[in-house]
Amino acid sequence: MVSKGKIEWISGPAVKASGMAAGKMYEVVQVGEEKLIGEIIKLTGDIAFVQVYEPTSGLRPGEPVTGTGQPLSVSLGPGMTGTIYDGLQRPLEVIAKKAGSFITRGVTADQIPFDKKWEFVPALKKGDGVEGGTILGDVQETALIDHKILAPPNLPKSTVREAAKGGKYDVQENVVMAEDKSGKKHELKLFHRWPVRIARPNKERLDPELPLMTGQRVLDTFFPMAKGGTGAIPGGFGTGKTVTLHSVAKWADAKVVFHIGCGERGNEMTEVLTEFPELIDPQSGRPLMERTILIANVSNMPVAAREASIYTGVTMAEYYRDMGYDTVLVADSTSRWAEALREISGRLEEMPAEEGYPSYLASRLAEFYERAGRVAAQGTPERFGSVTLVGAVSPAGADFTEPVTSQTIRFVRTFWALDTRLAYSRHYPAINWMTSYSGYIESVSNWWSANVAKDWARTRADAYSILQREDALKEIVRLLGPEALPDEEKLILEVARMIQIGFLQQNAYDDTDAYCSPEKQVKMMKMFVAFHEEALKALKSGTTLARIRSMQVISKMLRSKFAIKNEEMDKMDALVKEMMDEFKTISGVQEVKVVE
Amino acid sequence: MSKAPSGLEYSKVAEIKGPLIVVDGVEKAAFDELVEIEDDTGERRLASVLETGFGRAVVQVFEGTSGLSVSGTRAKFLGRTMELPVSDQLLGRVFDGLGRPLDGLPDPVGREFRDVNGFPINPERREYPTDLIQTGVSVIDGMLTLVRGQKLPIFSGAGMPHNKLAAQIARQSTVVGEGEEFAVVFAAIGVQNGEASFFRRTLEESGAIRRSILYLNLADDPAIERIITPRVALTAAEYLAYELGTHVLVIITDMTNYSEALREISAAREEVPGRKGFPGYLYTDLATIYERAGRIKQKKGSITQMPILSMPSDDVTHPIPDLTGYITEGQIFLGRELFRKGIYPPVYVLSSLSRLMGPALGYVIKQGKARADHQMAGNQLYNAYARAQELRALAEIVGKSGLTSSDLKYLKFGDEFEQRYLKQGYDENRTFDETLRIGWDVLSILPESELTNIKEEFIQKYYVKTRSSD
Repeated sequence: MVSKGKIEWISGPAVKASGMAAGKMYEVVQVGEEKLIGEIIKLTGDIAFVQVYEPTSGLRPGEPVTGTGQPLSVSLGPGMTGTIYDGLQRPLEVIAKKAGSFITRGVTADQIPFDKKWEFVPALKKGDGVEGGTILGDVQETALIDHKILAPPNLPKSTVREAAKGGKYDVQENVVMAEDKSGKKHELKLFHRWPVRIARPNKERLDPELPLMTGQRVLDTFFPMAKGGTGAIPGGFGTGKTVTLHSVAKWADAKVVFHIGCGERGNEMTEVLTEFPELIDPQSGRPLMERTILIANVSNMPVAAREASIYTGVTMAEYYRDMGYDTVLVADSTSRWAEALREISGRLEEMPAEEGYPSYLASRLAEFYERAGRVAAQGTPERFGSVTLVGAVSPAGADFTEPVTSQTIRFVRTFWALDTRLAYSRHYPAINWMTSYSGYIESVSNWWSANVAKDWARTRADAYSILQREDALKEIVRLLGPEALPDEEKLILEVARMIQIGFLQQNAYDDTDAYCSPEKQVKMMKMFVAFHEEALKALKSGTTLARIRSMQVISKMLRSKFAIKNEEMDKMDALVKEMMDEFKTISGVQEVKVVE
Repeated sequence: MSKAPSGLEYSKVAEIKGPLIVVDGVEKAAFDELVEIEDDTGERRLASVLETGFGRAVVQVFEGTSGLSVSGTRAKFLGRTMELPVSDQLLGRVFDGLGRPLDGLPDPVGREFRDVNGFPINPERREYPTDLIQTGVSVIDGMLTLVRGQKLPIFSGAGMPHNKLAAQIARQSTVVGEGEEFAVVFAAIGVQNGEASFFRRTLEESGAIRRSILYLNLADDPAIERIITPRVALTAAEYLAYELGTHVLVIITDMTNYSEALREISAAREEVPGRKGFPGYLYTDLATIYERAGRIKQKKGSITQMPILSMPSDDVTHPIPDLTGYITEGQIFLGRELFRKGIYPPVYVLSSLSRLMGPALGYVIKQGKARADHQMAGNQLYNAYARAQELRALAEIVGKSGLTSSDLKYLKFGDEFEQRYLKQGYDENRTFDETLRIGWDVLSILPESELTNIKEEFIQKYYVKTRSSD
């Protein structure tokens, strides 16, 4: 029985409706004559407190409120990739066709194309076992994505009684009819629905031990992310959060990428929409848009839908994970999501905790990040997939002690701290190499040494220690000037500056520099470490620091990031040789041993 | 909105507090509905519904509640949200903060009525802004390039020449190769009379007044009206841009006054305050203003927004500039120190940014519509100036004798950058080429090897070899 009530009270996105005794928590309701979408978030007697996902301007007390009996759910099936959705999984393109350039109210849109026919290749035959998560068959969704059709996660162990032949089907047609042990029949289609606030189940959680390559040197080399890991990227405005997240979304070696614009700028979504179809994925050679799903609930769209958008996104990511794929979800920005929580909480007149945020902010954040992970998926055949979650955080006044940042830090293992000072000197990505950290360095170092360079961990530590020593020396320089330091320490400053300019800085808009392959990252890092070693030897053998500073090769080394393409690794080797040769000439051949 | 029962409902006032009135005996007032408040002398004020239900409505009175009494005040619910009549007749006119004529001319005839709150642009229908605007101001064109459809605020402080800079930009801005002039929509929010008349005069002298609309809420006008002024201005701008195909530059000054009006209402409603007493929804509320900038696919016009805000105590971490910076596509930051040095425009580039510059330049350079060195030269100027600032601080401690010869070149660069690149006249309109030429000339003080942000080919082409040996 669905509830039928009427509106009693309206204040912004919050509505109280009476006659809702049959309503359930988190049930979706239709509000008013225009049937705006809302969700029940509190029940007192027969009064339901509803958060409305569309603007409520013009809504009146007395208008009807009708329950749907369903929690807020997404439709999971082929036809999602390449789409831009709002926070409730309504395709914005469909909304635009119906309502024009502006988003008006009460527009309904099918979440996935219900009438499109897909070429279905079945995987099951009559008599096969089937349970939650079992692959029913395949649909080629885009050139990049072989969409595995999954049995709904809550399907009990059953036996296939009828299986459709291969051919063209739309998502609503039955392709498998199964019967469970109690004799109950289940009709399975190319899609199923799943409530967004409930994590999709899996067979087993695995340790995240494979690195998620992003092609960003400072991330992959110094603060690596793991597939199935969690990360936060906090930074004041202008520090390049969005550009960094876009870079991750563009270049991450994942099968499907979700980009949630959660209370951010409209133009940023447009940028992705304009740019991604033209960018080519370095792994597959196909346009990036074919593996990307966007969820846009920009800052001037209703706040309640902003609250829902991250759940909508992560549920879709879990669905692709269950097919056995690695997925990445970037949410920009979780602070705006938290503000939506705060606004609704304020309207509910709940007792506020820190800075007006509700006391359950921490538990909601924990729940969200807990949906990341690398898992063995339910059902047959065996497969492994992952959801990597990266949330941007926009701390008020760039103050990392504010509630959203300080709570987020508790639940993520990679912390990419953006630094206003670096951004102001146009050091991009403005990731502070002293305050950032990654909890995955040890787990991913096996992959690096097995696949790229045996001594990865040691070289990384060497390079990082140069940066650490520079950080300590900077304090002295600030007080006494650089001349107070001995030459060896001046050299540290010099090499650290080279690493900062030549390695850490990366231009997201340069064709060559935007993506740096793992091989090139290692070669570059080794080059700078070798430069330091050789320069130290040269100093000891009497060469002056001024002479080392004026070496011709330095500016070539600094420009190697955009002068040498990823596939021209021989040029990197030649550059290292040129560096070695120049060291020989400046310090006299007899004193330098050639290092391989 | 459902046209149901309202329209002519007179009701009893139960409570008056600050800018709010609580009206009793209202059965079906709509959320956001427009209300006409009539006092005992028959004078009328506009108000709108903030909260409705259980037989009462809370309304905010735009023109303030002073002089209203509980017994002598009546509220009439008008059955519609606040709408603005729009047409091309708005051009050349001057209105108050609620859109009523101030110039003695009759009410403009509207071709249609539009809800002042507008609707969000569907992100899928936005066109990514890529047309570079030449403002004629070097520091903006070279390092903070403004793009048609962008929202780029000026972060200023008390007494600094933000209005002068905005007026210069309004006067000089063009898109190279098109020659099409901007229509200017000017929204004054709680500014002093002198500032508003400065703008009016500037527009009149340059003849731009014919393609301008002015909405003036002055410092002595009702504070709550300020909530509406930017929305009225943007509603008119949207009509010009998306119906008439005009490129519109919207200048809003001062957003700090707007936010304070919002705080006043929030406090009167006894809401849980966020930072510095501003409501928790300040970000979302500001976004509903700033996000109305942009371009739309298949529509000719555009809205470029230049909001101005004065940072209380020059503090950029104050909630208003802070939240604004998170929404807008960069900021032009005016620096107190440069201002004291007498440099106009006192734009402190190290705290300034134009987010759309990089992507837009990348796009137009590929099309051959901008010089390929534009972006890299801009970045290099930033880096070099940042280094110069660091060394200035160091030189104060250790003295110039403690610096290397390369360091000294940076100091020289810093001075020339401020005096020649940054500084320019209020009437001086520089082209992109002139800006780039001055930029390269100043950069060439530094040795070639220091220009690590620039590709070799551009150094070969533009670097002035004679300068670094000076």
